Amino acid sequence: MSTNQTTAPATGHHPAWAHQFENMQQQKEASSFGMWVFLLTEIMMFGGLFTAYMIYRIKFYDAFVAGSSSINVQWGFGNTLVLIGSSFTMAMAVWAAHKGKRMQQVVYLVLTMVLGTAFLGVKAVEYKAKYDECHIPGQVIGKGFNATGGPGCSGEGANIAEELEHPKTLAGKEVAGKPRAAAEQIARQSELFFVFYFAMTGLHATHMIIGLGVLAWILRRAWKSEFGPAYYTPVENFGLYWHFVDIVWIYLFPLLYLINRIPHH
Amino acid sequence: MSAENSRAAESSHPTPALYGLILAILVSGTALTYFAATWEMGIFNPIVALTIACTKATLVILYFMHVRYSNKLTIITVCAGFFWLLILISLSLSDYLTR
Amino acid sequence: MSTATQTVMPEKHYLNEFFGIRSWLLTKDHKRIAILYLLTISFFFFLGGLFASLIRLELLTPAGDLFQSDTYNKLFTMHGVNMIFFFLIPSVPAVLGNFLVPIMVGARDLAFPKINLLSWYIFIAGAAFALTALLYGGVDTGWTFYTPLSSGYLRTPVIVMGVGILIAGFASIFTGLNFIVTVHRMRAPGMTWGRLPLFVWANYAASLIMVLGTPVLAITLILLVLERGFHIGIFDPKLGGDPVLFQHMFWFYSHPAVYIMILPGMGVISEIITCFSRKRVFGYTFIAFSSIAIAVFGFVVWAHHMFVAGISTYSAMVFSLLSYAVAIPSAVKVFNWIATMYKGSVSYDTPMLYAFGFIGLFTIGGLTGLFLAALGLDVHIHDTYFVIAHFHYVMVGGMVMAYLGGLHFWWPKITGRIYPEFWAKLAALITFIGFNLTFFPQFILGYLGMPRRYHSYPEEFQVLNVLSSAGASILAVGFILPLIYLLWSLRYGEIAGPNPWSAKGLEWTTSSPPPTHNFDVIPVVTEGPYNYGDDEEAAGVH
Repeated sequence: MSTNQTTAPATGHHPAWAHQFENMQQQKEASSFGMWVFLLTEIMMFGGLFTAYMIYRIKFYDAFVAGSSSINVQWGFGNTLVLIGSSFTMAMAVWAAHKGKRMQQVVYLVLTMVLGTAFLGVKAVEYKAKYDECHIPGQVIGKGFNATGGPGCSGEGANIAEELEHPKTLAGKEVAGKPRAAAEQIARQSELFFVFYFAMTGLHATHMIIGLGVLAWILRRAWKSEFGPAYYTPVENFGLYWHFVDIVWIYLFPLLYLINRIPHH
Repeated sequence: MSAENSRAAESSHPTPALYGLILAILVSGTALTYFAATWEMGIFNPIVALTIACTKATLVILYFMHVRYSNKLTIITVCAGFFWLLILISLSLSDYLTR
Repeated sequence: MSTATQTVMPEKHYLNEFFGIRSWLLTKDHKRIAILYLLTISFFFFLGGLFASLIRLELLTPAGDLFQSDTYNKLFTMHGVNMIFFFLIPSVPAVLGNFLVPIMVGARDLAFPKINLLSWYIFIAGAAFALTALLYGGVDTGWTFYTPLSSGYLRTPVIVMGVGILIAGFASIFTGLNFIVTVHRMRAPGMTWGRLPLFVWANYAASLIMVLGTPVLAITLILLVLERGFHIGIFDPKLGGDPVLFQHMFWFYSHPAVYIMILPGMGVISEIITCFSRKRVFGYTFIAFSSIAIAVFGFVVWAHHMFVAGISTYSAMVFSLLSYAVAIPSAVKVFNWIATMYKGSVSYDTPMLYAFGFIGLFTIGGLTGLFLAALGLDVHIHDTYFVIAHFHYVMVGGMVMAYLGGLHFWWPKITGRIYPEFWAKLAALITFIGFNLTFFPQFILGYLGMPRRYHSYPEEFQVLNVLSSAGASILAVGFILPLIYLLWSLRYGEIAGPNPWSAKGLEWTTSSPPPTHNFDVIPVVTEGPYNYGDDEEAAGVH
């Protein structure tokens, strides 16, 4: 479909009209609602993970503090800004499509892609750091989980047990630490934190990768002037998906990086 | 975060200016939540962090996702999602917290 | 029938308008997709039935002499997995719902026909994984996959099976999504919510559950697969995990899942009873809202499966109380159905026989659920045959009967043919007798203490077990008969005509089988769904 659709066609027969619907208005309402229902399912899917995370955070608070302390807050903060920015550019892309401004649509969609890719790039850097520090849970990937900075586990945050003996808050203040034996046990328990770290950010990243794929397709259609005031539903619905993925990260950032920073006395 | 009450007169679609304002609020919220995490507030640390997160999410939902300008069905759908999530979290936690 | 002239099949309808395998495998017609689902789930029904037969065969004797215990574990697991995930959950929604919901709301198709077809392919993909797991020996964890047994201790293909169920869950999600959007946005002019057939209300409520609950199962199975694949401890206490957390997350879906299974069946019963009582449904609003109430309440009772798993007593009390509450809307429905029949002009066609069976057996099953919801009693009967009898009464005595009743009721609409009434009535009777003989003894067995999932048992339980197995063989006949005569009717059955039951409802205004596009002109609805009382027609005899 490569016709220019910046204005409403004279007849009711828009090329994008799917005939199970009576008219384009019904189609727009139905597909919008369909995307919202889909996002509902996504809330519940991520929600299951969030629930499990919160339950374990309460049960193993110190281990989760230890785990949180070993991931880099600055990267997480930067990534949050990147993703919020991409939400802004996506909202602008929808606005531009609604106004029929082809060039602006394309620019904003491209910016969204760039920011989304940047996010994934930073995530890759973070994952690599975890890999180097032997913090990947299980014994299957890399050298296997090791919270005490064993051989081959480089990186300043690798030795979680040691961090627990001399913990610092996010502001850099030193607080009371744990005795060695307790520190080692808690460090072993922190594997559970990393399970959730990778599961939650991994599921989120998967959604972003799929999103970028769909975004490329939408970009192609925008380039071919398929969207305008009469029909911009795919851009709008994709925008909903993209904002949802942003919202998941808005919760992930504090939950994973921020709220477990103060050890218990 | 009562900035949403001080926005410009509403229209049926948000303007780029409004989007820009929301972006600015979201960025400030992010900075605020980062700095709040550096202050030791005990039990209030997670409360503040999650409150800021909820506010940011609400702004994204209302303005970027146009829920502010949407029909009742959309609003019910969004509320249903959070409500059901609340059921899952609260009833599960109610077991763990009363053991 | 009011006319004595020869009825003929319509010239062009959805079955013969397009020919060839591609027209079926690439169809977007909701009616053809319904047939695709019908074929698929029928296969899984009989596969699950095969495992059930083997179970009952083993249980004829007290000793575990037919199968080894590990094999027996596989039998009941594969029976449960096949029946629940690959038969019961899709049964009414994906077959009858797909076929009827668009027609009943007065639309040409569902909101998203391509997603509808996609959901069938996703279901097939999930089924392929499940069958692969079967070929690799089958899984022996029980259909509940409790950890850490399933995640750390077995050599059976748990991951393959878990992935299969996970994928099939998405088929369910897409079906539910499609129904919800269709019912909200594609009703014909004049079709207000208060004029929708109760079958649509029931499928809508079930769709809410599908959409809200299944994703949690998805994430639970993903975590299970991760735990097993990467040897990490999410639910394994050895590594700090909590096995009860798995149960919380698993049952958050799996309890509402039973309402996904039963609600559409209740919708079928509403349609059947009103037609064969020639009377509008008593308390339409109550039945409609009770469907929604069951869907909502069904989400807050899940831990009644975990009373003895180690949850806190306070939590258990709350869940027990809520489980009592969820029985109320179901009871409301049963009373309303009976009130519908009261002073109605009742006829005993096959669908109505299945509806009678449903009401009686579902009531017994539902009431025994209340037994199980009582904390003190559950301590004794949890994990015994009492539980098995309870859920088979609601699922087979209830749901399968409703499914068969619906299949018979709408068979003329779907195929344009009528099945042989004598054999159908006989099959319904045989099913009823066989079912009760199979499962009633199990209530007694459970109460006396026979545990579930055991392939051997103390000698004193043998008589009841033999009765149960004998019943199972009769039940099998009751299920095989429809397979035979329904297929026979496709070629030799009497031609049905548009409305062989003289029923009300938009689906009966189309030809049998309906045309591909359902309606030549989208109908304008001006009255409620069951205005039988205004007719002077005699009891629906054909």
